[in-house]
Amino acid sequence: MRHRLLPLFWTIIFLVFAVLLSIAVGSVFIPPADLWRLLTGKFSGTLPEPLATYALIIVSIRLPRTVMVALTGAALGASGAAYQGLFRNPLADPYLIGVASGAGLGAVIAMSIQWPYSFWGLMAIPMAAFLAALLTVFIVYSLARVGRTVPTTNLILAGVAFGSFATALTSFLMLRSSGEIRRALGWLLGGASQAGWMPVLGILPYLIIGLSILLLGGHALNLLQFGDEQAHQLGLPVTRARTIILVAASLATAAAVAFAGIIGFVGLIVPHVMRMWFGGDYRRLLPLSMVGGAAFLLIADVLARVVLAPQEIPLGIITALAGAPFFLWVLRRSKNQGYW
Amino acid sequence: MLRIENLSVSYGARRVLHDVSLTVENGELLALIGPNGAGKSTLVRAVSGFIPAQSGSASKNGTNLLTAPASERARIISVVPQVAFLPPAFTVWETVLLGRTPYLNFLGQVSAADETIARQSLQRVDALELIDRRVGELSGGEQQRVLLARALAQSTPILLLDEPTSHLDLHHQVGLLELVRTLAHHDGLAVLVALHDLNLAARYADRIALMVDGQVKALGTPNEVLRPELISEAYHLPVQVILNPLDQSPLVLPGSPKE
Repeated sequence: MRHRLLPLFWTIIFLVFAVLLSIAVGSVFIPPADLWRLLTGKFSGTLPEPLATYALIIVSIRLPRTVMVALTGAALGASGAAYQGLFRNPLADPYLIGVASGAGLGAVIAMSIQWPYSFWGLMAIPMAAFLAALLTVFIVYSLARVGRTVPTTNLILAGVAFGSFATALTSFLMLRSSGEIRRALGWLLGGASQAGWMPVLGILPYLIIGLSILLLGGHALNLLQFGDEQAHQLGLPVTRARTIILVAASLATAAAVAFAGIIGFVGLIVPHVMRMWFGGDYRRLLPLSMVGGAAFLLIADVLARVVLAPQEIPLGIITALAGAPFFLWVLRRSKNQGYW
Repeated sequence: MLRIENLSVSYGARRVLHDVSLTVENGELLALIGPNGAGKSTLVRAVSGFIPAQSGSASKNGTNLLTAPASERARIISVVPQVAFLPPAFTVWETVLLGRTPYLNFLGQVSAADETIARQSLQRVDALELIDRRVGELSGGEQQRVLLARALAQSTPILLLDEPTSHLDLHHQVGLLELVRTLAHHDGLAVLVALHDLNLAARYADRIALMVDGQVKALGTPNEVLRPELISEAYHLPVQVILNPLDQSPLVLPGSPKE
């Protein structure tokens, strides 16, 4: 048992490191010593300067952003692992199969209706993203399917084509609705630009439901790796299991997109690295991809804040810079090697 | 006992199984033979509930296997599929443990008893030394044994095998069928095996069902079914049948189509 939990332990350590980094780094750098004092010290009354300023920055700016980025990364990592398992395809990723773009289109449609900036208004955007994500999965899967199988190339081609279509529609909608353009454009490129705790609360119910179901689906995904026929013969209600996992993964993806825009390749890189290091058992791979995805996206977000400081780079650009070369490497590697 | 009654299956407008009725007794090995496309694999897949049947039933003690919930069915019937895909990263142990799925909750937590059964199943097919290997590294014969071990781990009274010998050499063909026969005769399983090789069927089966065009054309002991006129007609090929000098089972010798 200890042997099985060890990978998770190391991944969590990595996440803690990423969280601390994300809290410390930004336009105002908080020295590790002060951060340590804030986290462990006992204070009575008002805080001494500069700790008081630091505390304000952390609670009202850094912490909500850190939580938001970590949740987005967790959702993308876990849903990427789930899509790869469902399609039995190492290149399935919420971005590459078009689901993220579809969810983005749904979110922009909801935004253009201009919901009030309230809890329920913020809940409506992920719901629209979720419905659009489900529709996208259905369309892409139907387009890519040949008989009972879904060949890799078909899946990626259909995903990329539909994704481009959705992105084009999204741009069109954004150009038309003049008032919201700037907000939506920053969002679409993948930047956690919505500040404060309100968006976190709006998204949390979707994420909790989606991720909990995914965490429970490891055994079913293991069975599905043997193909539908063997999974059926081993006693899995195949269609029901597939549908539940697909809906949960799309829910998580949609929540992440509604939150932070379209961030590609996290769902590809993280499950892959975890699989290489710790093996293909989905009961382990799903929690590892979740924690690893959170840590990975936090590091990317720190880079986004630091590289061109004081200007911020959209998060999606950082992940694409790291992810696209990785994607090409996986593509070449998966041709002749079979750790998958 | 597996009871198949009036089972019919169509792919679109094409009828691939027509009114098939068969029973496989406990402790019996029944071989399905017939030319390509006769419906052998379809029958196996339909009985295991993977392909929907238009009409008819497959039952065990009154439980209709075609409508039973997935896990209940998988506690009654296990299948060794033809040329099965195995995800290469899984180990033999992980693969065989999945045979316990019908007894587990949806999280797939195995108990010590489940592990004992999986280990015994591996031992039964003489593959215990493969336990930590990845299935992607195994030879065809080893993979076939692992699949049989996984089916045995399901602890079902009915076992179906679809062309289990098609990728095996002579030594492994005989080894596998010896084991399958023991499972029927000694462990009392009802075993249905789709086989290409008529002479292996003759040597190992208690009864043989000859299928042609989705129908059972003949059913009986090897001596009753492997008759030249029946086989010639089914395979569109003149054949001679002689007695195997080793065990007096019928031996089918194909002629040439021009004769």
